[in-house]
Amino acid sequence: MASLDTGGGDSGHKKGPGVKKAKKLSTRIDMTPLVDLGFLLITFFIFTATMSTPNTMRLIMPKDEKDPEKQTEVKESSALTILMGKNNNVFYYEGQLEGDGSNFNSTTYKDLRKVIQDKRTAVMQQGRALGHHPDSLDKDLVVVIKPNSEATYKNTVDVLDEMTINGIKRFAIVDISDAEKEAIALTQAGSPGQ
Amino acid sequence: MPSVKMPKKSTDTDMTPFVDVAFILLTFFIMATKFKPPEPLTITTPQSVSASKLEEKDALMISFDSAGRVFLNVNLVKDEDKDLKRDFIERVNNEAKLGLGEAEIQKFVNNSVIGSPLTDLKAVMSRPASEWDKIRQKGIPVDSANNELARWMGAARQSFGARQIDIMIKGDNNARYPDFKGVIEALRTNEMFKYKLITDPRGVPVGTELYKIRQAGGGQESDS
Repeated sequence: MASLDTGGGDSGHKKGPGVKKAKKLSTRIDMTPLVDLGFLLITFFIFTATMSTPNTMRLIMPKDEKDPEKQTEVKESSALTILMGKNNNVFYYEGQLEGDGSNFNSTTYKDLRKVIQDKRTAVMQQGRALGHHPDSLDKDLVVVIKPNSEATYKNTVDVLDEMTINGIKRFAIVDISDAEKEAIALTQAGSPGQ
Repeated sequence: MPSVKMPKKSTDTDMTPFVDVAFILLTFFIMATKFKPPEPLTITTPQSVSASKLEEKDALMISFDSAGRVFLNVNLVKDEDKDLKRDFIERVNNEAKLGLGEAEIQKFVNNSVIGSPLTDLKAVMSRPASEWDKIRQKGIPVDSANNELARWMGAARQSFGARQIDIMIKGDNNARYPDFKGVIEALRTNEMFKYKLITDPRGVPVGTELYKIRQAGGGQESDS
């Protein structure tokens, strides 16, 4: 079999009867286990090697502005608020939250992209109609991100990532209000399987 | 007609070159492997499409796990910067009256991880640094009533303020948002507004705005 063959073997001449010949041991070594061992170790090192180096996502938070005059005003028509709740639930509404919650919608992280894209297109069209400079059209939309206390860090990063993916230039992480908390609680209570 | 006899070839293969290849590969992987430094917290980071790689730079790394324990690492690349770390821990020691001795300060300089409330710090630090990972530390409190991280960051700003120091935030997928918020609040009260969140890379979804930008201009990132 797979081995080192260093020749030899006992196909030599027959000596006379009674002459005992020392049995020549073969120097053939079966290398297969050595190969096995080698590849086993390789596999181990491949798996332990830190393959993908992590990357970093920049996040810049605004200064806490106490002076209401300096606070950023957001036009109602160009605001989209995203709310994150427990169990990876996500909600959104456009503009102001209606008292009866009629514009409060539930969605999933998968469909959120579509929501953001639609809103972005709508706001850009609106800006174009108002005669805004074409380069600043994408700066009109402001996305307000409000995770509640049951949302996870992953949810937050996912939504922030969604901002990068969809080219949202202006967004902010804001504390959730009581009315919104209530709206989430009501929706979550109503949906089965919680 | 005598049939042509094919010489019977041996099925023996010489495995020696195979062994050589295996061991060359093995040597390569041993050399190329950089083992992960042991970390006090087990964290699975979320994914993002960000293209900037994690660089080895001077950094304050704030990590928090799914249980909401917050740890602070001070990573200074150069060895001679140990004085800065000493300055940092001494500042906190004096301000908060921790009562750390010279030996404990030295331990921090060599192993710059903080993972306990100020009240527990002396008890943890009096043990050998090699045992720090084994004790279950409570983490630095970041809730709004008692945000000790803000105090650490205040001291860090004074000690490392002159240096370009990055603030890295490494959170676990399942960490609760309030913990993240507590960390951000601690940084914001100290006028630190730029952070780098450590994430795992993932691909950009096809057809999105960013996908178009990447296709058109290569690595141009929008300012976000």
